[in-house]
Amino acid sequence: MASLHTFANPARFLKLARPLTPPLFWAGVLLIAYGVWGGLARTPPDYLQGETVRILYIHVPTAWLGMAGWSGIAVSSLTFLVWRHPLAMIAARAIALPGAAFAALCLATGSIWGRPTWGTWWQWDGRLTSMLLLFFVYLGFMALLRADDDRGGDGRIPAIYGLAGSVLLPIIRYSVVWWNTLHQGQSIGLTSSKIDATILWPLWFTLSGFTCFFAAIVLMRMRTILARTKAEARMRRMAHVVEVGA
Amino acid sequence: MNPWPFVIAAYVLTGVVAVGLAVWSYAAMRRSEKR
Repeated sequence: MASLHTFANPARFLKLARPLTPPLFWAGVLLIAYGVWGGLARTPPDYLQGETVRILYIHVPTAWLGMAGWSGIAVSSLTFLVWRHPLAMIAARAIALPGAAFAALCLATGSIWGRPTWGTWWQWDGRLTSMLLLFFVYLGFMALLRADDDRGGDGRIPAIYGLAGSVLLPIIRYSVVWWNTLHQGQSIGLTSSKIDATILWPLWFTLSGFTCFFAAIVLMRMRTILARTKAEARMRRMAHVVEVGA
Repeated sequence: MNPWPFVIAAYVLTGVVAVGLAVWSYAAMRRSEKR
């Protein structure tokens, strides 16, 4: 817990975030580029889906980041509610937009994959519908953050919402088990996979690459929020000095 | 059905959104840290 408190200090966080942002970003770009090249040019077509299986290398990372993003928001919200660290809410705020963007990309790439594979762009089944709900929950979170700012709130209500929204994560994860869905069941695990290794290997590169890329974006956005907060505090101090002087 | 337009559309869409997000976040960070 001591380390959590150490890095909750904005100055210490910036000392770590500044040198970490460029290598994370470029490692992400290189890993994605290698994974995409492997996925488009070095793997065989699937025996059933043919060439459309190549959408896997971007669809799975976007789905992972859509869900991982909300996990980050939930952990940050809990940290904010329990230990009142303002940096935790800054992290949640920074994750919201990229998380929503990746959830939207997951829905869009899934829809594009569904058309040639299932013969339809959309189906109201458990996995697709729960992922769509997560996207709307992201939008709600961003709207709530803005409303909380406008009324001068302390961020507690968005944090409670951030924590409550995590209920969706196990629903998305187990939707293909609980309901008979058009979406395929779980085919990739941490230790084993139903997908042949000749097709699977580029996915590890795009997955780790998009994760580094996402982390770099979140760090950039956290740095932006911290810099804005600092500038606003300076402006308030200056306005106070002018008022007192007058 | 030719699968390649679907594959290309998925990759281009993801690329455009990812690059847009990176450029926007970087520009906002630079602008804010300069102030």
